[in-house]
Amino acid sequence: MSENERKTLVPDIREVLAQHGRFPVENLTEADDLYNAGLTSLATVAVMLALEDKFNVEFPDNLIGRRTFKSIESIAEAITKLAA
Amino acid sequence: MSTFCSTEVDFDELLKGVHVLGKSVLRVHAADVDKKARFPTESINAMREARLLSAYVPEEYGGMGLNMVQIAKICETLGQYCGSSAMIYAMHKIQVACVVHHAQQSEFFCDYLRRLVEEQRLMASATTEIGTGGDLRSSICAVEVTGDEFKLNKKAPVISYGEYADEILVTCRSAPNAPANEQVQVMVRKGEYTAVPLSTWDTMGFRGTCSSGFELTATGSAAQIIPQPFNEILGQTMHPYSHIVWGALWSGIAMDAVNQARAFVRAEARKTPGETPISAIRLGEADQVLQVMRHNVAALAREYDELRSRECPEVFEEFGFSIRTNNLKLSSSQQLVDIVGRAMLICGISGYRNDSKFSIARHLRDAYGAALMVNNDRILKLNATMLLVHKEG
Ligand SMILES: Cc1cc2nc3c(=O)[nH]c(=O)nc-3n(C[C@H](O)[C@H](O)[C@H](O)COP(=O)(O)OP(=O)(O)OC[C@H]3O[C@@H](n4cnc5c(N)ncnc54)[C@H](O)[C@@H]3O)c2cc1C
Repeated sequence: MSENERKTLVPDIREVLAQHGRFPVENLTEADDLYNAGLTSLATVAVMLALEDKFNVEFPDNLIGRRTFKSIESIAEAITKLAA
Repeated sequence: MSTFCSTEVDFDELLKGVHVLGKSVLRVHAADVDKKARFPTESINAMREARLLSAYVPEEYGGMGLNMVQIAKICETLGQYCGSSAMIYAMHKIQVACVVHHAQQSEFFCDYLRRLVEEQRLMASATTEIGTGGDLRSSICAVEVTGDEFKLNKKAPVISYGEYADEILVTCRSAPNAPANEQVQVMVRKGEYTAVPLSTWDTMGFRGTCSSGFELTATGSAAQIIPQPFNEILGQTMHPYSHIVWGALWSGIAMDAVNQARAFVRAEARKTPGETPISAIRLGEADQVLQVMRHNVAALAREYDELRSRECPEVFEEFGFSIRTNNLKLSSSQQLVDIVGRAMLICGISGYRNDSKFSIARHLRDAYGAALMVNNDRILKLNATMLLVHKEG
C-alpha cells in the first residue's frame, strides 16, 4: 500500500476513534499521542474491534499493544501492513 | 529472590514481632472493636511503636524499604488477629505506595515521607464519590488551583478511618473544566479541611475501619497535588498494590478461621484418640482452598516485585498483568467466604455463637465485605473486556 493509500485510511480511523475512543479527537494531528490525549488502554479494546470490523482485518497478538495505538499514524501503518 | 536476601534475617525477626503484637494487642481488642464499631486505637498505636506505618517507605527516607512480598506477609499476619486493624494497615500502605512511586519528584512529598517515618503518620483515601459509586476512573468533584493555593470539595460516602487519619488522599478532576477521567490525587491534611458527616458506619463487617461518609471541604498548597496523573497512579500502583494487600489480609482472616476449626477438631479428637473425627475431613478441605488462596497472593506479590525491579512502570498496565491482578481479587474474595463458611460448619453451633471461643461470626461478617470493595462484578466486566483481545502467550 502506498503512502497515499495509507492517507485514505485516516478519515475512517478518525471516525472509529470518535465513536469508540471516549476522548475528544477533533483537534488531533496524525502524529499526536492518543494516550496523552485521553485514550485509555481499556478503550483501545473497543477501538480495535471497531477497526477490525471496518477494515475487515484481524490484529494478531504482536500488534495488540500501546505501540500500535499510539497515534492515528501508527494505527494506519498497522492496518496497511495487515491489509497488504 | 536474591534482591532481599540481605534483609531476610531481619524480616523474620520483624515478622515474629508482628505476631507478638497481633497476639498481645490486636487479638485482645478485636471483639470489642467489632462490637462497638470503634477505631482500633490500641492496634494502630502498637503498629506505630513498631514503626510499621513506614515499612514500605524507602530506606533513604528512614523507612524499612520492604518489598511487596514482605508487606503482604505483614498484612497476612495482622489479618490473623483483627480483620479491621489489618484492613486499616493495608489501606494506609496503599496510599503510602502511591506517594512513594508517583511523587518523589516533588520536594513537598519527599519531606512528607520523612515526616511519615518520624511521626508514623496515618493516611486514608477518598476515591469513592457520591454519584460515581465504585467507578475509580471518573470524578465529579474538581480541585481548583489559584496561585499557589487549592480548593476542593468532595462528597465521599465511604472514607475508612477518615476521622482518625492525619492525611487523606482525595481523587478529583484536575481542574473545574477537566473531563471526568482527567484526575489527580490531592493530599488533604488534618486542620486544613472541614468534614460534614454524610453517613455512619454501622455495617455487617470490617466495623473497626470506621468508614463513615463525609463531605470534605479542603484548602491547602498546590504542592499537595501529586504530580503524576491519577490514571498512572491507579494502573501502575494502586490497582495491583490494593489487590495484593487485600488478598493477603483476607488470607490472614481465613487462616484464623481455619485455626479455630483446627482447635475445635482437635478437642473432638481428644475424646476418641486413635479415631480421626469426621470433621477433620472438612478441615482438610478448608486447608486445601486456603493453600490455593495464599499461593495466589504470594505469586502476584512476587510478580509485582519483579516488575517493579525493571523500573519501567508501564509494565503494570499491560493487559496480562491487569487480568491476573483482577483474578486475584475475584478469587481471593470468594475463597475467603468459602473457607470461613467451611470453618463455621466444622465448629458447628460453637462457631455460630457470638460468645463462644470458637466463634466464626466476625470472620464471616468481615468476609462478605471483600467482594464489595470495588465490586466484583465491575472487576469481572473489566476482565471480560480485556479477554476479548488478550491471550496468554
Ligand atoms: C470495608 C470497606 C472499606 C472501604 N473503604 C473505602 C475508603 O477508605 N475509601 C473509599 O473511597 N472507598 C472505600 N470503600 C468503598 C468501596 O471500595 C467501593 O468503591 C464502594 O463500596 C462501591 O460502592 P457501591 O457498592 O455502592 O457501588 P458500585 O461499585 O457502583 O456497585 C453497585 C452495584 O452496581 C453494579 N455496577 C455498577 N456499575 C457497574 C459496571 N460498570 N460494571 C459492572 N457492574 C456495575 C455493581 O456490580 C453492584 O452490583 C470501602 C468499602 C468497604 C466495604
